[in-house]
Amino acid sequence: MGILRVVNLGVEVGEKKILKNVNLYIKPGETFVLFGPNGSGKSTLLNAIIGNPAYRVVSGRIMFKKVDVTNLPTNERVKLGIGIAFQNPPKINGVRLIDVLRYCAKVGGYSEDTIMELAEKMKMTDHLYREINVGFSGGEVKRSELLQLMLMNPDLILLDEPDSGVDLENVALIGEAINELLERDKDAESREKSGVIITHQGHILDYVDADYAAILYNGRIACIGDPGDILNQIRSEGYEGCMVRCLKNMENSE
Amino acid sequence: MSEEYGELGVDKRRLREVGIELDGSKRSGAYLQEDQEAKTFASFFEGVEVMSIQEAMKKYEWVKDYFWKILRRDQDEYTREADTEDVNGYFIRALPDAKVEIPVEACLYLKKAEKQRVHNIVIAEENSELNIISGCTSHPGVAGMHIGLSEFFVKKNAKLSFTMIHSWDTTIEVRPRTAIKIEEGGSFISNYILLNPVKLVQTYPTAYVEKDGTVIFNSIIVALEDSVVDSGARAVLMGENSSAEIVSRTISKGGKVIARGHIIGEAPEVKGHLECKGLMLSESGLIHAIPELEAKYPNVELSHEAAIGKIAEEEIFYLMSRGLSRDEATSAIVRGFMEIEIKGLPQALKEAIDRTLEIAEKDLL
Repeated sequence: MGILRVVNLGVEVGEKKILKNVNLYIKPGETFVLFGPNGSGKSTLLNAIIGNPAYRVVSGRIMFKKVDVTNLPTNERVKLGIGIAFQNPPKINGVRLIDVLRYCAKVGGYSEDTIMELAEKMKMTDHLYREINVGFSGGEVKRSELLQLMLMNPDLILLDEPDSGVDLENVALIGEAINELLERDKDAESREKSGVIITHQGHILDYVDADYAAILYNGRIACIGDPGDILNQIRSEGYEGCMVRCLKNMENSE
Repeated sequence: MSEEYGELGVDKRRLREVGIELDGSKRSGAYLQEDQEAKTFASFFEGVEVMSIQEAMKKYEWVKDYFWKILRRDQDEYTREADTEDVNGYFIRALPDAKVEIPVEACLYLKKAEKQRVHNIVIAEENSELNIISGCTSHPGVAGMHIGLSEFFVKKNAKLSFTMIHSWDTTIEVRPRTAIKIEEGGSFISNYILLNPVKLVQTYPTAYVEKDGTVIFNSIIVALEDSVVDSGARAVLMGENSSAEIVSRTISKGGKVIARGHIIGEAPEVKGHLECKGLMLSESGLIHAIPELEAKYPNVELSHEAAIGKIAEEEIFYLMSRGLSRDEATSAIVRGFMEIEIKGLPQALKEAIDRTLEIAEKDLL
């Protein structure tokens, strides 16, 4: 039984059609890594799944835990168990990190003690009373995003470039946090959390082993395969080369 | 103390709304004026004097020397209007070296007067520390005008904070006239909060800052439909190494706001910063930010930033992705917008401000 089913999804941003016909099926416990050239619509897909109103769904639908969430407001999707870590979250003046963590803990049903415990783990205790994302470094933004996710305890975890702009020391900490969120430390049968990770550079894959990789190309999921293989192909042959090879293997693809 | 106020027939709920705390254990002194009459005043702390200005004139020969010292009688029709025999107001004075962290409460209540004329004198003597919270309000349904003249004297190395919460009505016109003299090494912090509807407020306090002195003006202003608020602050940096900071957060929800700020560098080595931020919450209304800087020496550091906008959709969406509904997210952002980090303010005053903001938030959204 799938946790997420994206069916024939078309999405526009402004007047521009970014996603044409995306199909994606994720089972509980599965983690996908999503590759694709710049502008191929990776972030668009995650934003559409979480319900960002700036990304307009013009066709198809999004099913989460058997519920059609296509037209649900973001906070309702969050309550059902979808969580996202943004690549570039906004700064909000006067709203402190601790305030946002408390909103998140309410979703996850956690206490103040858990907030403190996890904040310590993510090395964010010094930032609790600072305005959210104001003057945070690249690594701090990512740690803060993952900390928020931990407190929401979602079943489907969307990670938009969790490793971009992060130094090596932080990548290890972030990798560890992602593994925990996605229950990669448990054996495959008992995993229930699912995830979609966008990674441009692929650094995070040194720490997190995903089950599948998908390439988003030209507004569609062009191929799905083993993450290591696909990353190697992209590195050696580029997206174009990779695509040719992929399409050969997928006789029935468009 | 609080029972006494109840007997005066003052609407207690109304006073609470303005953040007025009458409990003697939480205040170092209190003053309550209804129309022209000083209903009660008391000091609960050795180092501070609290009385009506009429009483102070009788008690001290020298008080008259402070009267009209930094405000001009002929400044405008309102100063002239208030220059009458029956003018009353508070006299609050921290004695030299007295450190009075617990705030003094000063309340001006317009009950039935057509025109309430007030003249206040506040003195923080050398090396003293004084905190005042002032609530001004009117009896529901009463129409009238409040003219409030205030002269503040911050002596050498003294610290004075003045937090004023206005809570008028759509029938009240308010014309404060304020001047502050800050002597060498002294500091003055003003917090002005206006969140309720009002017919008109027009105020432009001026601080004269001597060597090594500091002035900070913070204001949080909400203009609801039909309210007109013309509010600003001016700092004249007269002495070397003096500094000024003027910060305003204005919100228009149908009302009209003019947010003024003016820093004048009249001495070398002075520093000043002006920050006007405006938030438009409805399609109607107006915010006009007028920041002005003036330098008369080359080695001054004066800057300003002004920005007006609406709530960013991106911020609402971000908080919704953390479980808040659209309304909750909007409310959290507006609340954040009104949050000014006020340094050097006692906890009791921070709490009073927070409480007022919380109440106002409900009306706003």
